[in-house]
Amino acid sequence: MKIQESLALAEEEVNYLSPGKHQGIWVFLKTWALTVDHKRIGIMYFIAVIISFFVGGSFALLIRLELLSPAQILYTAAQYNAVFSAHGIIMIFLFIVPSIPATIGNFVLPLHIGAKDVAFPRLNLASLYLYLIGGGIASVAMILGRVDTGWTFYLPYAITSETAVLFVGVGLFIAGFSSILTGLNFMVTIHKLRAPGMTWMKMPLMVWALYSTSIIQVLATPVIAITLLLLLAEKLLGVGIFSADLGGDPVLFEHFFWFYSHPVVYVMILPAMGIMSELITTFSQRNIFGYKFVAFSSLAIALISFLVWGHHLFVSGQSAYVNILFSFLTFLVGIPSAVKLFNWTATLYKGSIRWRSPFLWAFAFMVFFAIGGLTGIILGLLPLDIHLHDTYYIVAHFHYTMVGGTVVAFIGGIHFWWPKMFGKLYSEFMAHIAFWIFFVGFNLSFLPQFVAGSKGMPRRYYTYLEEFTIYHQLSTFGSWLIALSIIMMFSYFVASLMNGEKAPMNPWGGKTLEWTAVKSPPDEHNFERVPVITHGPYNYESEEENLAKQNRQKNRGAS
Amino acid sequence: MSDDTAAVIVKSPKGFTDHKVGHHFQTADQEFSSAYIGTWLFLAQEVLFFSALFVAYAMFRNLYPEVFAYGSSVLDWKLGAVNTLVLLFSSFTMAMGIRSVQTNKMKAAFIFLSFTFICGLIFMTVKYFEYAHKIAEGTLPYDFFNSEISLETFSNVAGIENLPLFYGLYFVFTGIHGIHVLIGMGLIMWMIVKVRRKTLFAGYYTPVEMIGLYWHLVDVVWIFLFPLLYLV
Repeated sequence: MKIQESLALAEEEVNYLSPGKHQGIWVFLKTWALTVDHKRIGIMYFIAVIISFFVGGSFALLIRLELLSPAQILYTAAQYNAVFSAHGIIMIFLFIVPSIPATIGNFVLPLHIGAKDVAFPRLNLASLYLYLIGGGIASVAMILGRVDTGWTFYLPYAITSETAVLFVGVGLFIAGFSSILTGLNFMVTIHKLRAPGMTWMKMPLMVWALYSTSIIQVLATPVIAITLLLLLAEKLLGVGIFSADLGGDPVLFEHFFWFYSHPVVYVMILPAMGIMSELITTFSQRNIFGYKFVAFSSLAIALISFLVWGHHLFVSGQSAYVNILFSFLTFLVGIPSAVKLFNWTATLYKGSIRWRSPFLWAFAFMVFFAIGGLTGIILGLLPLDIHLHDTYYIVAHFHYTMVGGTVVAFIGGIHFWWPKMFGKLYSEFMAHIAFWIFFVGFNLSFLPQFVAGSKGMPRRYYTYLEEFTIYHQLSTFGSWLIALSIIMMFSYFVASLMNGEKAPMNPWGGKTLEWTAVKSPPDEHNFERVPVITHGPYNYESEEENLAKQNRQKNRGAS
Repeated sequence: MSDDTAAVIVKSPKGFTDHKVGHHFQTADQEFSSAYIGTWLFLAQEVLFFSALFVAYAMFRNLYPEVFAYGSSVLDWKLGAVNTLVLLFSSFTMAMGIRSVQTNKMKAAFIFLSFTFICGLIFMTVKYFEYAHKIAEGTLPYDFFNSEISLETFSNVAGIENLPLFYGLYFVFTGIHGIHVLIGMGLIMWMIVKVRRKTLFAGYYTPVEMIGLYWHLVDVVWIFLFPLLYLV
């Protein structure tokens, strides 16, 4: 292995990024635009998703800026509605949903299971284009025509609103198929393309997480597709099934909408949990505690996620019995989520933890997700939810899970796999500083919102009572810190691309295939020869045990 | 590098084009079963796609049973029945077409697939006449409903003012199904071209088999739609 490594270093680097490199800009762009390589598609998704993140993030800063004082600073109430709608729609549909599965998932999944590519490479590229087309239509519609319905498009307002709901709907409908087809592709890949010896119980936990994510993507996304289609039909033809004045029922729309949109929050969090399992094991150099529990808890979350949508309708006039049932099922999701959190902490116990930058984000995830998850249980309580519904408490809760969970894990994953993706190291020092700024800024942004919400501050208002000023101001200051940390990250990652130190094959001492059998950055076909798997993904202990055995033997020899 | 990246080739009989297995597959069988699972997942996705419509149908039929009974009595069940038979027959010819490809009987495959395509065409033609009739009468969703149809003449039917909702559901349901039929026809046409070009044969029939599965699903959806819309 060592000889191979040094040989690879000696000769001119050829990897998946090279084709078309020295043949002029047009050939280079063409090789990217027509590639079927899962790694390049992952990178292109990465760029697109980061652009969405910056756009959505700018809207977040604009929201916070307006809320700096109860007076009207920047916009009218109607403009404010359009700003927070754009923030929600871009962040959820164009950023978070594809963030981890389509970027890191695309890049890492085939490497994790020892495959040359995903099962349907051309479909993978088609998914990317669907995402770009759908996202493009939705973004242009939002910029030219603005949308002020919020990301939920509740009726009847979505029908009567004069804004560009129609085109945003079309865009999201198209982008939805990108999500469905990616999920389908991953499921088939995991079923059929595992390397010899890679049994289900030897797969890295990231793969289990992506598999569970894909189940939700394939089975839930078509429901939002048909719902958006029905919304468009409602607007264009007056079909009537969602309009009370035509004999329909707007609550039916809420049911359909949340039948997708609740499971989809697990599309956001499950792959984040997969990244967590990789980070925790690698940076504590320990085998995962309770592999099967962590693996099956992903599946359990995927399954239960389909049965809890009704907790978004506690105040929509649902029957009390249904409310109780959904409340109970909501608590149930807490169990597999807690299993994961406990197993990660148990993994860390007696591990040799290294506080490298990716692990910092894993640490932050555990803090934020514990807060986000537990406040979720509180919101599942019927009497409390009626008080907290549509307040900043909800806003704080889902930002702790989605930003504190998914975005933090996504950033951690980028720090973790960056050397593998681009073959370059980044400044560990800067990464630490950026992390702590984010950590402080995030808590400053969203902890006060819990307090404001529980005191009755409603969400989606551009103004507020004087007494809430302090919470909103703290929150806005926090948002600036987050922005600062994101800008720092962006700059040291760009610096790393420009003149970063060359990354070794396995900078973190990982045990999964992408670290042990694949160059940094990988070859076009990933593996030199098909790997044969003989042990689990995190066999750190076995080496420890080997060392212990050697020591014992040495001691015996000495005495 | 050399052994693993060499493509697997499925040899074809004389006069046919060999099939090159995707570079990332080890065997032709792995490629076929991947496509197979993928197609079934796609069909699962389709079922969920239609499911919301069935839920809406169940809910509103429960709310306005008389309106649905009246609405469906106005639809021409004979045309619906003809379409059902046409689609059932097309499923049979589709299956025979796949069978013919699998046994290298290209002439038979061409004929069977052409029949399937023609069945799709007949289905859509019948649908066209049904739609044209409704547009002429103005029995349409609310925004286009002919307001001259005085619903008061049916005052014995409870909730008759919701009749446009029935037509709304009818058009969305059959419209989305019709789009699926059109897509299926396009795919079948593509298969006919492939059969003519002799790129499908007993050793490689993946696309035609998968499109067959899709076509059967479209058929099954109609088998549910026909009684729900025309016969209640």
